[in-house]
Amino acid sequence: MKVFMLGWEFPPHISGGLGTACHGLTKGLDEIGVDVVFVVPTAVPVDTDSHVKLQSPATLPLLNRPAVQAVESQTQQTQAPGEQTVSHVDLRQVDARLEPYRQPQPTGQRPVRSLQDAPQEASGNIQSLGQSLPGLGGTDDSHNNVEPNSSGEHYGGDLMTEVQKYARLALELAAHEEFDVIHAHDWMTFSAGQAVAAATGKPLIVHVHSTEFDRAGEHVNQQIYEIERTGMHAARRVICVSYLTRETAISRYQVDPGKVSVVYNAVAAANNHVSNVPAPIRQDEKIVLFLGRLTLQKGPRYFLEAATKVVSRFENVRFIIAGGGDMIDACVKLAADMGIGRFVTFTGFLRGDDVARVFKMADLYVMPSVSEPFGIAPLEAISHDVPVIISKQSGVSEILTHALKVDFWDTDDMANKILAVLRHDPLQRTLRQHGQIEVQKLSWLDSAKELGNIYQEVASGG
Amino acid sequence: MASVVFYFQVHQPFRLRRYTIFDTDTNYFDDQANQEICSKVADKCYLPANQAILDLIEQFKGEFRVSYSITGTIIEQLQKWRPDVIDSFKRLADTGCVEFIAETYYHSLIFLYNRPEFISQTQKHHRLISELFGQEPKVFRNTELTYNNDVARVVQDMGYETILTEGADHILGYRSPNYLYHPPNCPDMHILLKNYRLSDDIAFRFSNRTWPEWPLTAEKFASWISRGNGNGYVCNLFMDYETFGEHQWADTGIFDFLRALPGEIKKAGDNDFLTISQAVQRYPSAGEMDVPHMISWADTERDISAWLGNSMQANALHDINAMSGEILDSGDEELIHQWRLLQSSDHFYYMCTKCFDDGDVHKYFNPYESPYEAYINYMNILDSVRARIDNQ
Repeated sequence: MKVFMLGWEFPPHISGGLGTACHGLTKGLDEIGVDVVFVVPTAVPVDTDSHVKLQSPATLPLLNRPAVQAVESQTQQTQAPGEQTVSHVDLRQVDARLEPYRQPQPTGQRPVRSLQDAPQEASGNIQSLGQSLPGLGGTDDSHNNVEPNSSGEHYGGDLMTEVQKYARLALELAAHEEFDVIHAHDWMTFSAGQAVAAATGKPLIVHVHSTEFDRAGEHVNQQIYEIERTGMHAARRVICVSYLTRETAISRYQVDPGKVSVVYNAVAAANNHVSNVPAPIRQDEKIVLFLGRLTLQKGPRYFLEAATKVVSRFENVRFIIAGGGDMIDACVKLAADMGIGRFVTFTGFLRGDDVARVFKMADLYVMPSVSEPFGIAPLEAISHDVPVIISKQSGVSEILTHALKVDFWDTDDMANKILAVLRHDPLQRTLRQHGQIEVQKLSWLDSAKELGNIYQEVASGG
Repeated sequence: MASVVFYFQVHQPFRLRRYTIFDTDTNYFDDQANQEICSKVADKCYLPANQAILDLIEQFKGEFRVSYSITGTIIEQLQKWRPDVIDSFKRLADTGCVEFIAETYYHSLIFLYNRPEFISQTQKHHRLISELFGQEPKVFRNTELTYNNDVARVVQDMGYETILTEGADHILGYRSPNYLYHPPNCPDMHILLKNYRLSDDIAFRFSNRTWPEWPLTAEKFASWISRGNGNGYVCNLFMDYETFGEHQWADTGIFDFLRALPGEIKKAGDNDFLTISQAVQRYPSAGEMDVPHMISWADTERDISAWLGNSMQANALHDINAMSGEILDSGDEELIHQWRLLQSSDHFYYMCTKCFDDGDVHKYFNPYESPYEAYINYMNILDSVRARIDNQ
């Protein structure tokens, strides 16, 4: 079985859960012996420590085309000694620059080349921001690094051109590859998937990690909606990350329910060996963490409302908001307006070891999303031994039982539960203990096996 | 021959309302849900089951007999919302074929924490039963059949002659639950053990279509009882009364089964039906039964881990009991009553995590989405109770 896979994120360059999911799924597919050619845009720097084997130039059929390149130069230096070589996944980069969401780096900043680069500058952030917190007049410039988004759009400029370019280059690449099925992740790659399917006659599977309704609420970008709808209708199979998303595909996109499957995401074992975990600013202080892009759909506003209610009862608490996004300024202002500025720390966007560090510091993780197709972050939190409160409006709540669940709008209940976790050690302990066991049962390998079955069915005409 | 001993447990707790840390009033109970459930169970189970038992007693001219334990909390609810059910139990009492058993009024686990309070709660229940049904209970059963040697000793000193518990494999060993036993150093005390295989065939498996014995007919079940002849005196069928019409819905045929069973049991051999005290009068003890550790009739473990199996449960039970001195000294009758209602074992059962993943039995009228919600709600209410004592 060989899969032509179209994606746009791959670790460490991650703005959402998509890169994490693609990484986990391809790793699982590799373990079950499915060959994958993974096509990503070149703007995406490649994980230096992944299972993805980079193709050497000699074996690349398209060397003469500058638009399609392999990142061979990194191969030698990045293969960690003793790292298990994975033979079934090829990563191909095409020169299209996709920015589905505003990235938390200013454009023009050099792309992160390795895990060692970025965390250093970011690792100090928690601490330094924490110290500079009382000001709250705005975060430090180096962290407040999201471009103003005057249009209110969620997407980088000229994206449609890039989508077309990506499709064209993917098509060129496909002409020189042998494969059985095409697997396209999210709308950015749907057009490419359809083009490759039309040219090769191979069956298309589209994988919905999020829909336009999850990203934009009711103010959908009609063009993107159309791409999603067309892609889902053209596909032989639609894979959704949760029943919540499956329901959206069926009701909002009128997809035939018979061809929509659910494959849940999973989580890799946590990196529990991070060093330099900053000491809490005050030892008796409990830390409640929000981690995610600061957009309407992630519900940071509800987190702050709940925080206001919590501090009315319990003062030894700090709320850390880790993430960039178009609402960061608004959130800083909101916290100030609510009079809880001294209890809230904004870290900006975190990546790599900094994420592990902030989890290590946290007593509780809260995901108050208004709409969350899946939500890998709570699984990561639990695997870092942090209890979680998740919104009922999330796909992950379908598979997590040892978590506290709230309606995102019910900030009384959210505050009630935050306070309970902070005040009652037995609650925190029991959640941790059972959550760990539950999350350890989830594996990318199992998700990949489900994918493998779908590939078989589709390849044999099912 | 075998003497079949039926004992039915009748209980509903006062479920708690959703109480957040921001609530300040002192109304902790969900009156609406409690009334609805009480009334629903009355119609689906208590009334039709009582009628079936009454008919059977008449049909067999007084030779069909059963025993009941009815908690103080369900009696309070029935008195408030469904007095017709109380009347129907009184009619059963009037037949002389029904024995009523004593337990802790509040269906609590207080024995584990506070002996004097355990005695108070049991005496309160004893008084209630004797007032309602005109019987002085001689038999005691502890909440969820929790039992060890100490429980037997304490209730013997209170004047009870018999105690019920689970016929758990690990206490029986090679012995049979179909004999009577006595606790160590209590030769005058009698123990009756639940025959859990046969009891659970009715209570849990009756409507299970994946069970090889499904459908269970009265005739088949009666033949299993007769199979025990020659190996014991009694067949103790102990179960929740809600089995009839609530755990097993009427459309499973459970009432037809109940109505047909005594006739089939009689037909199958030289069998009869006894109340618990009659069984104790007729049969001798087969020997000493030593139970140093707490057992119960719950789950496969047959221990107390369903109520005290995780640190939330241990914490909640500890905290409610830690208040006992101040609460009882307060002299505030309403507060004392509320504090005792908060001790019903159900509140801790809802916090059980070991059974959360595969739920089933534990989901029965469980008002919470998760054990964590149950714990949080309970602890918020304890905060309020504590604040009231602090203010006094």
